[in-house]
Amino acid sequence: MRNLTFAALISVFSVFSTLAIAAGPSSKLDTVDIDLTDKASLQRGAHTFVNYCLSCHGASLMRYNRMAKDLGLTDDQVAENLMFATDKIGDTMQIAMRAEDAKRWFGVVPPDLSVIARARGTDWLYTYLRTFYLDESRPMGTNNLAFKDVGMPHVLWEQQGYQAIDEYGHLSVEQEGALTPRQYDMMSRDLVNFLAYISEPSKLQRLALGKWVLLYLAIFFVIALALKKAYWKDVH
Amino acid sequence: MSMMDWIDARFPATKMWKEHISEYYAPKNFNFWYYFGSLALLILVLQIITGIFLTMNYKPDAELAFASVEYIMRDVEWGWLIRYLHSTGASAFFVVIYLHMFRGLMYGSYKQPRELIWIFGMLLYVVLMAEAFMGYLLPWGQMSYWGAQVIISLFGALPVIGEDLALWIRGDYVVADATLNRFFAMHVIALPIVLLGLVAAHILALHEVGSNNPDGVDIKKNKDANGKPVDGIPFHPYYTVKDLVGVVVFLFIFSLVLFYMPEFGGWFLEKDNFIPADPLKTPEHIVPLWYFTPFYAILRAVPDKLFGVIAMGLAIVVLFLLPWLDRSRTRSIRYRGPYFRIALVVFVISFLALGYLGTQPATFLYTLMAQIFTVLYFAFFLLMPIYTKFDKDKPVPERVTTK
Amino acid sequence: MSDTIDTGKRRFLTAAASVVGGAGAVAVAIPFVSSIAPSAKAEAAGAPVQIDISQLEPGQLLTVEWRGKPVWIFRRSEEILNTLPTLNDELRDPQSEQTQQPEYAQNETRSIRKDVMVMVGICTHLGCSPTYRPEIAPEDLGENWKGGFFCPCHGSRFDLAGRVFQGVPAPTNLVVPPYHYQGDNVVIVGEDAQGAA
Repeated sequence: MRNLTFAALISVFSVFSTLAIAAGPSSKLDTVDIDLTDKASLQRGAHTFVNYCLSCHGASLMRYNRMAKDLGLTDDQVAENLMFATDKIGDTMQIAMRAEDAKRWFGVVPPDLSVIARARGTDWLYTYLRTFYLDESRPMGTNNLAFKDVGMPHVLWEQQGYQAIDEYGHLSVEQEGALTPRQYDMMSRDLVNFLAYISEPSKLQRLALGKWVLLYLAIFFVIALALKKAYWKDVH
Repeated sequence: MSMMDWIDARFPATKMWKEHISEYYAPKNFNFWYYFGSLALLILVLQIITGIFLTMNYKPDAELAFASVEYIMRDVEWGWLIRYLHSTGASAFFVVIYLHMFRGLMYGSYKQPRELIWIFGMLLYVVLMAEAFMGYLLPWGQMSYWGAQVIISLFGALPVIGEDLALWIRGDYVVADATLNRFFAMHVIALPIVLLGLVAAHILALHEVGSNNPDGVDIKKNKDANGKPVDGIPFHPYYTVKDLVGVVVFLFIFSLVLFYMPEFGGWFLEKDNFIPADPLKTPEHIVPLWYFTPFYAILRAVPDKLFGVIAMGLAIVVLFLLPWLDRSRTRSIRYRGPYFRIALVVFVISFLALGYLGTQPATFLYTLMAQIFTVLYFAFFLLMPIYTKFDKDKPVPERVTTK
Repeated sequence: MSDTIDTGKRRFLTAAASVVGGAGAVAVAIPFVSSIAPSAKAEAAGAPVQIDISQLEPGQLLTVEWRGKPVWIFRRSEEILNTLPTLNDELRDPQSEQTQQPEYAQNETRSIRKDVMVMVGICTHLGCSPTYRPEIAPEDLGENWKGGFFCPCHGSRFDLAGRVFQGVPAPTNLVVPPYHYQGDNVVIVGEDAQGAA
C-alpha cells in the first residue's frame, strides 16, 4: 500500500515535470548544447556580446565586476577589453541609447537581455541568431524564422553572410560571410552560452551547493530514521 | 523553586506543552498521509522567514519591482537561495495542502465532530490561494501581470457592481502600480496574520476533539485505567521523531527541485515571467499557476462569463459543505462501501484532469472534456447525500488496526 | 509499553539528531544572516573615489562622498602645521595612539602628505558631521580656538588634524580613511596603496 502510494506520487511528479508548457512560435527550434563551466566559451560570448549587442541591448542587471569574477578575468582585463559604456567596474551593463530613439529607428525598444535566456530558452536564441534571411518586404531587408517580422536587422551579417529562403522555408547561403557556417555556429553558441550565464549568474553556485545539501539530508535521514525506530520499538 | 515553576505560576508553559505536545494522545496508526499537516506548518514557517528577508530588498513599485527581484537573485548575497526557497516553497505548499486535504477526504476527517477543523482548514486553503495569487503579482513579470489582470476581471462579471468592483480592487483602470502596492501590503502582512490565526484555530480545534486516523476509529472510546486512550500515544516523542523523518524526506525532495530545477519545467517559475510586465502586450498563452488550474478549467468550461465565475466559486463552496453532504456514519475509506470508493476515484481523476486542462489552450475537444469533468466534479458533492446514504459500508473495528 | 527499551540508544540517537540537526540549522542561518550585509550594488557604490586636488588652495576644504559618508580633503598652510604641536597638551590623544587611522597616517599631522589632510567628516561621538571652523578665536568658540572642527550636535571640538580636545563628549580622534596618491594631484579615497580597501 505504502509503496504503491509512493510510486503513484513519483510518477505524477515526473509527468508534470516533463510537461513543459509550449510557448512561443510552433516552428521547430535547433538545439544548442551549452556549457556554463566552459570559461573560454563564455569569454568569447562576452566579447561578441559587448561588441555587437551592447550598443542597442543592455543587460542592466549584470555587473561587470561580477562577470569578471565568474568568467575568470581580472577587473583590469574586463575594463580594457569588454567595457566601453562606462569606466566603473561595479556598474551594470547599460546602454546609452535612449528608448525613444530606439523606437524611432527599429519600431520597438530593443529588450534588455539580462534574463532573456530564461524567457526565451537557449534553443530559441540559438535558432534566432542563425536564421536571419533576406526579405525585401521588411524595412531592414531581413526577416527571421524564429521571430517573424523582427525589428532587429541582421547585425552579424558580416560574419554569417546573408541567407535566402525558398518556398519550403529552407535557408541557403546567398552571400558568404567572413566565417564558415561552422565557425558562425560556434560564435552563436558562445553568445548563447554567455546569455544563459548572465540570465542566472548564481546557477553554478546553486548546482554546487545542491550536492552538499542532499548529502547532508541523506545523513540526517539515517539518524532520524534510527531515532524513530528506537522510540517506536514499544508501539504495537 | 525551579525556574520552570516560577514561569508556570505566571504563564501556562508546562501546561501548554503537555496539552499540545507531550500529553496530546494521537492514534498510533497514522500512516504516510499523516505527514502533511506538520509539513504544511514547516512550509508556512519557511515562507514567513524567507518572505521577511525578501521584503528587505524587494521594491513594491511598478518601475522597480522586476529589477529588484533580479537584484535579489544577483547582488544580494545568498539572495538567489532565499528567493528560490520562497518560490519553490509556494508550490510545495500547495502540493502538501492538496495531499493533506485528500487525506481528509479518504479518512472522513471532516465528519462529526471535526466539522470545524475542516471549515478552518478550508478557510486556510482559500486564504492561501489569495496569498499565493497576490504574491505572484510581485515579481511583476508578464505572467504576474496578465494573470492578475484576468483574475481581477472575473469580478467584472458580477452584475451591476462588477466593473466598479474590479476597478476598486485594482485602484486603477488596469493592473498598475497601485495594484502592486496594495497586493504587496496584503501579501506580506494582512493575509499572513489571517493565516497564522487560522492555523492556531485549526490546531486548537483538532486538539480539542482529537485526531482522526486511517481507521476512522474514535480512540477516546477505549481508555485504560489512567484515562489514556489505549490506541493513543503521546505526540511527543513518538510523532515528533516520526515527523522528523517526514521532514527530512520532504526537504530532500524539496532541495532536489530547488537546486536542480527551480523553474520545474516552467511550472513553478514561468518563462514569460522573465519578461517585465508590459500592459500593452499579452503573452501568447496565459496560464494560471498550476495550483489554480482545476478551478480555471471549470471557469472556462462554462460558456457564460457570469455563470463561469459562479461555477468556479461554487467549486470551492461545495468543499466547505462536505461535512453535511456526507450522510454515511463510516469515516474511513477502509470500511466504506463501493459507491463512495468509486465516487472518490472519479473525483480525483476529475480534479487532476481539470488541472491539466486548465493549462491547455481551450480547443473544442478540451472544452468538451473540461465540461464533462466539471459535471463529474460537482456530481461527487451534489450526489453525495444519496450515494453515501445507500452505500454498503463494512463494519468498523473497535480498535485501530496496525500492520 | 514495557518492553525492553534501550534508553541509552534513545539518548544517543537523540543527541546525534540534535547535533546534526543543529548544525544544519546553523548552516541554514548563514545565508540569511549574510544576506543582510552590503550587496554587490552597495559595494559598487562604495568603491574608491578619485579626487583631483590640483586646484585646492590652502585653507580650502573639499567634501566628497565615499560609502555615503562625507570625506574631507583640505590643504593646511605652514602656519597651521606649526600650530598643531602646540595644542598637544589640550588633546586627548595627541600622538594618535588609538587606531583611528591607517598606519601610514599615524604621525604628527595624521596624513601622508603634511599639507593635505584627508579624513571622514563624522563625529566619533554620535555620528553628526562637524562644521569646518578655520578662523582663529571666533566669538562663539572662545579666544583659544586655533581653527578646527566643531560639532553642532553636542559641542565636540577637533583640531585641524582631526584630533579631539579634552573635555568634550567625543571619545576619539576623527577617522582617517584608507587612501593613497596617484601622482601628485590625485587622491584615491577608500583604498590603500596596495589596493586593499
